[in-house]
Amino acid sequence: MMHNIATIWRREFSSLFRSTIAYVVIAAFLLLAGYIFSIALFSTQLADMSLLFGNLAVTFLFVAPLLTMRTLSEERRLGTDEFLLTSPLTVPEIIVGKYLGVLSVWVVMLLLTGVYPLILFIIGEPEGGLIFTGYLGLFLLGAAFLSVGLFASSLSENQIIAGVIGFGILLGLWLITWIGEAIGGGLGLFIQSLSLLGRYDAFIMGILDTSDLLFYISFVFVFLFFTVRTVDRRRWS
Amino acid sequence: MIKLENVTKRYGAARGVEDISFEVGEGEILGFLGPNGAGKTTTLRVITGYHPATSGRVTVNGYDIFEQAQEAKRQIGYLPEIPPLYHDATVREQLEFVARVKRVPASQRKQHLDNIAQRVGITEVYHRLIRNLSKGYRQRVGLAQALVGNPPVLILDEPTIGLDPRQIIEIRQLLRDLKGEHTVIISSHILPEISQLCQRVVIINEGRLVAVDTPEALSRRLRQGQRVLVRIDGPHKEVFARLHDLPGVAEISVVPEDDGQPGRLYDIQVQKDVDIRRDLSEAMAEAKWPILEMKSHDMSLEDVFLQLVTEEDIGFDSGWTSSETDAKEGGVSDDA
Repeated sequence: MMHNIATIWRREFSSLFRSTIAYVVIAAFLLLAGYIFSIALFSTQLADMSLLFGNLAVTFLFVAPLLTMRTLSEERRLGTDEFLLTSPLTVPEIIVGKYLGVLSVWVVMLLLTGVYPLILFIIGEPEGGLIFTGYLGLFLLGAAFLSVGLFASSLSENQIIAGVIGFGILLGLWLITWIGEAIGGGLGLFIQSLSLLGRYDAFIMGILDTSDLLFYISFVFVFLFFTVRTVDRRRWS
Repeated sequence: MIKLENVTKRYGAARGVEDISFEVGEGEILGFLGPNGAGKTTTLRVITGYHPATSGRVTVNGYDIFEQAQEAKRQIGYLPEIPPLYHDATVREQLEFVARVKRVPASQRKQHLDNIAQRVGITEVYHRLIRNLSKGYRQRVGLAQALVGNPPVLILDEPTIGLDPRQIIEIRQLLRDLKGEHTVIISSHILPEISQLCQRVVIINEGRLVAVDTPEALSRRLRQGQRVLVRIDGPHKEVFARLHDLPGVAEISVVPEDDGQPGRLYDIQVQKDVDIRRDLSEAMAEAKWPILEMKSHDMSLEDVFLQLVTEEDIGFDSGWTSSETDAKEGGVSDDA
């Protein structure tokens, strides 16, 4: 099982770097990150990354569907899904392998932003704990975004449509906070608890809550499950 | 080796294939024949486990493709109609990926892939991007991919479609070389291809099984005699009646045409071992209806196939073959 997942992961990861998509996405992301980081640093004069973390989350919301949109739709367009689904691989192995492929690109992107805390540590005395929880939160949030994007990619063989669907779902999940606030009361609180970004704020503030961790992990799990179901169901129709 | 039992596959309300059963023995090369849209690809997709069957059962080397999917799929090398290749990969990368998926041990991988590449004739494009390969080469890479891991069963969906004649000959030679090493199913809508390669033929039409036999037996079974095509310039009704009276005539139909040629073209089915050409020309000369052209031919496998489908088709009340029959009958009755 691990061998099969690793095979798919390796193909997915190398394929992303073979196309220009990964490079363009990473470059755009780093450009924005650098811009936000400099602005925040010069305007606040604080060795603090909370502003950067807040803005990177929104940036990645736009970027994640671009990374995932071709993942499954391209397989269908080329007909390579016919190979995968008639090979000894199982659908969950394929989906998890592909997910880990895009997730690895996200990890690369996060590692590349490592220069910013490095700069902060050189010029000032930032709080290490805050930076750690911020990064953990950002990683989890991105992981959740990517699972949504992957699910969207399973819905269409047109990667543009897959990208738009993914972006639409993510935007909807983002706006859910406002809906919750507008409704208020118990229901409002419940809706707010489903918000991806709401829980992320806790990480930026340095609050590490296992329920938040579990939320993101189960969120990813649920969307990967949806993706497996979608791919599986199409074989029947 | 491969066994289909009452396999039915429906897509929503649309019909896919209905109640298909046949078996393929070990080492056998089976031709899977049918016109476009007959359900060949659907059947192959059920066999390979891409589509689960709506009902019925498929076993490959004893493994149920649905219940024991992993084991069953390990037995199969599959070349779909469009070779499933990653355009952004080189041939080497593509085959290495497949070798990993098929669990070819890392120590043997290079040797194994080199052998296949040699055999299929893709060594000269081995390091090129698949995106830049011609259709013929892509087909070969697809075939190479099916051979990776040396699976006992090969399933090839229209392996020569869209290739130029030279490439077709090369691919056929390749397939001939595979004889004996693998159990093979080759689908095609081109008869000569199948009759050259296969010991046994399964014919499918409109989603149903029409016949299972050897190519020779099929043509023997259906060769009721010769066919004579004759163009006669005369009053249709009388000509038709006179032709019918000739000894040895089994069936007559008028070939529909509207190219303004004089006379009508009659397609006469003759009983076995009868030559009606002398009687025919004497009869027409007697009635002073000139014969403008006449040719006789043995039924080729193509005709057999066409006839097979047409014959069985009457019972099924369907599609393109029946409309063709209608046109013929219509032609006769209009003029009669």
